[in-house]
Amino acid sequence: MNNIIVYIETEGGKVSDVSLELLTKGRMLAKKLSCKLEALLIGHKVESLVEELYLYGAEKVHLADDKKLEHYLTLPYSAITIELFKKEKPQIALFGATSIGRDLAPRVSSSLVSGLTADCTSLEIGDHKENKSGKEYKNLLYQIRPAFGGNIIATIINPDHRPQMATVREGVMKKEPLDTAVKGKVSKIDVSSALIDENFLVEIIERHIEERKIDIKGSPIIVSGGFGVGSKENFNLLYDLASALGAQVGASRAAVDAGFADPARQVGQTGVTVRPKLYIAVGISGQIQHTAGMDQSAMIISINNDANAPIHQIADYAIVGDLNEIIPRMIKSYKQNSK
Amino acid sequence: MTQKFKIVVLAKQVPDTRNVGKNAMKEDGTVNRAALAAIFNPEDMNALEQALRLKDRFPGSEVLLLTMGPGRAAEVIREGYYRGADGGVLLTDRKFAGADTLATSYALSMAIKKMNPHIIIAGRQAIDGDTAQVGPQVAEKLNFPQVTYAEEIQGFEDGKLVVKRRLERGVETVKTTLPAVITVHATAPACRPRNAKQIMRYKHARTNSEALDNEHNSYLPVQTKEELIIPEWGVADVGGEEINYGLSGSPTKVKKIENIVFQAKESKKLTSSVEDIDYLITELIDSHTIG
Repeated sequence: MNNIIVYIETEGGKVSDVSLELLTKGRMLAKKLSCKLEALLIGHKVESLVEELYLYGAEKVHLADDKKLEHYLTLPYSAITIELFKKEKPQIALFGATSIGRDLAPRVSSSLVSGLTADCTSLEIGDHKENKSGKEYKNLLYQIRPAFGGNIIATIINPDHRPQMATVREGVMKKEPLDTAVKGKVSKIDVSSALIDENFLVEIIERHIEERKIDIKGSPIIVSGGFGVGSKENFNLLYDLASALGAQVGASRAAVDAGFADPARQVGQTGVTVRPKLYIAVGISGQIQHTAGMDQSAMIISINNDANAPIHQIADYAIVGDLNEIIPRMIKSYKQNSK
Repeated sequence: MTQKFKIVVLAKQVPDTRNVGKNAMKEDGTVNRAALAAIFNPEDMNALEQALRLKDRFPGSEVLLLTMGPGRAAEVIREGYYRGADGGVLLTDRKFAGADTLATSYALSMAIKKMNPHIIIAGRQAIDGDTAQVGPQVAEKLNFPQVTYAEEIQGFEDGKLVVKRRLERGVETVKTTLPAVITVHATAPACRPRNAKQIMRYKHARTNSEALDNEHNSYLPVQTKEELIIPEWGVADVGGEEINYGLSGSPTKVKKIENIVFQAKESKKLTSSVEDIDYLITELIDSHTIG
C-alpha cells in the first residue's frame, strides 16, 4: 500500500529504456520515502520480462497478461490501471512520456481525479506548507518541468490527491541496474472485468512500427542544427561534419517544425535528452526548450552568426560567424590534423 | 441517408512561446510573457483542418469551435470562421481561473455535453504547456473512446471513423466508434488559409462583451446581427459542480516558478577564421574529444 508504481512499457518484446530509467528513479524515491517500488506490466506473453524488472529494483510486478492485450489500446489498458490504482492506492505513479504513456496517464488521472504533470525533467521529494491554511505536507513529490516553451521552470505538487502522477521522457533519467536483483514476486491481475466489449470500441486495423533507425541518444558526438541553418539542404553540411567526426545529427524543435530534420532527431524538452561528450550547436539560438535537453553535455561548441544568441553563454567554445564558412573549415582542419 | 456530422474543435489561444524575440526578453534575461503575441495554438489549426475536411466530404456537417479563456480568446472563434467553421462558443468565467488540465477538461466536457457532437477534434497539445493531457481527459470525462496522435481522418466505414495515427516509430490505423475524441498531431496537413468571403462575412462577429466594449469605441460598428454573436458560456450555462472548476478542481498546484536566467559559462570566443578553427580542432583532438 502507498508504494510507488512504475508503468512498464515494452517494445519488440523488450522492456523500453524509459521504463528502466523510471524504475531507477523510482528506486531512489522509494528509499527516501521508505516505501516499496512496484511495477505494472500489461501485455501478452510478457511474464519473462519480470526478471529484468527485479534487476532494476521492482519488488512486486503487477502482471496483466492476455491475448487481447497484445497491443496497447487506451480503454482496456486504462481500465486495468485505474482498477489497480484504486486497489493498491500508490502514492506515486510514473509513466514514460511516450505516445503510450501520454495517452494512458491522462485518462487514468482524469478517472481518479489525481494530478498529473507531463514531461518532468526532475523528480524530488520535499515538504510543502500551504500559505493560506498553514497546513503542512510532508514528503510530497516535486514534479519539476520546464513550461511556457521552456522559458520557465515550474515545480508542481499534488498536495491532496493520490497517486501523484508524472510522465518523464526517455533519456531524462539515468538507467542503472542493481548489482544483484531484488527478490521480487509477481501479482497476477484478474483482467476479465477489463476485457468487456465496451473497452474495445477502438480496434487496430494496421500497424507499421519501425525499428528505431535514428538513435542520437547513444552517440558520443552530436552535431545539432537549428532554425538558423536555414534549409533542409543546408543541413547537409551538418551531415558532412557528422560523418567526418563519426557523429549523429540532432536538431532543435524549430528546425524539426520547419521540416529541416526528422522528428526523431529532435533534442530538447519535447525531444530527446542527450549527454554526449561533444555537442556542436549550429544555428541554434538556445531557448531552454532546447538547452534542457543538452546542457549536460561534457563540451559544447556553439556556431551562430548572432553574437548575442543565448547558446553562446552555455558554450565552452562560442564561434560567431557563418556556418557555411565555418563547417567546411572544420571538416578540412579535422582531416588535416587527425592522423 | 447521407451522413452528416456535428464536429466540435477544441482550440486554445496561446502565447507564441516559439518566437521569443529580443523584445520579449527582460533585462535580467527572463521572458516577459506579456510581450508575446497571442496565437491560435498550432496543432489546434491541424485539428480544424481535419474537421473541415470531414465537412467537405460529408456536406451538411457542422464545424463548431470551442475555446476556453478570457474575452480576447473570441479571436479564436473568428479565426475559425475565416477558415470555414460554422460557429463557436467561448467558454469564459472567472470561476475557471487557476484551472489545471483536469479542471479545464471538466469545463470543456460540460460544454461539449451541451453541444452534443458526434466527433470532438483537438490539437495534440498546446505550446504553452505541452502537456497533451486535455484531449484524453476530456474523453474520459465524457466516457468516449480517444484516438490520440492522429495524422489523418481517413474515412467513415460501417459507422466507424478510420484514423491514421503517427507514433514515435511508425504509424497505426485504427477504427473507432462514435462519439469519440480525436487529437491531431503536428504532422497532419496544415490548415487551409483564410477565405476572403468568410472574412467579409464574419469580421464583425463579436461576443456580447466585445460588442459592449465597442459601444464606447465609435469607429467600430456596433454589433447588431443576431447570427454574428459569438455565445459566451459560463458555469451557469454549462452546469456541473462548482468545486470541479478552476483552482478547487485542480489537483496540481504550482509550488514554485523559476524564470530561466542564462548562466554564462567561461566560454572561449572564436571567429570563423581559418586560424581560429584550426586552433579549435587541434584542441579537440589533443583532448581526445574527437579523433
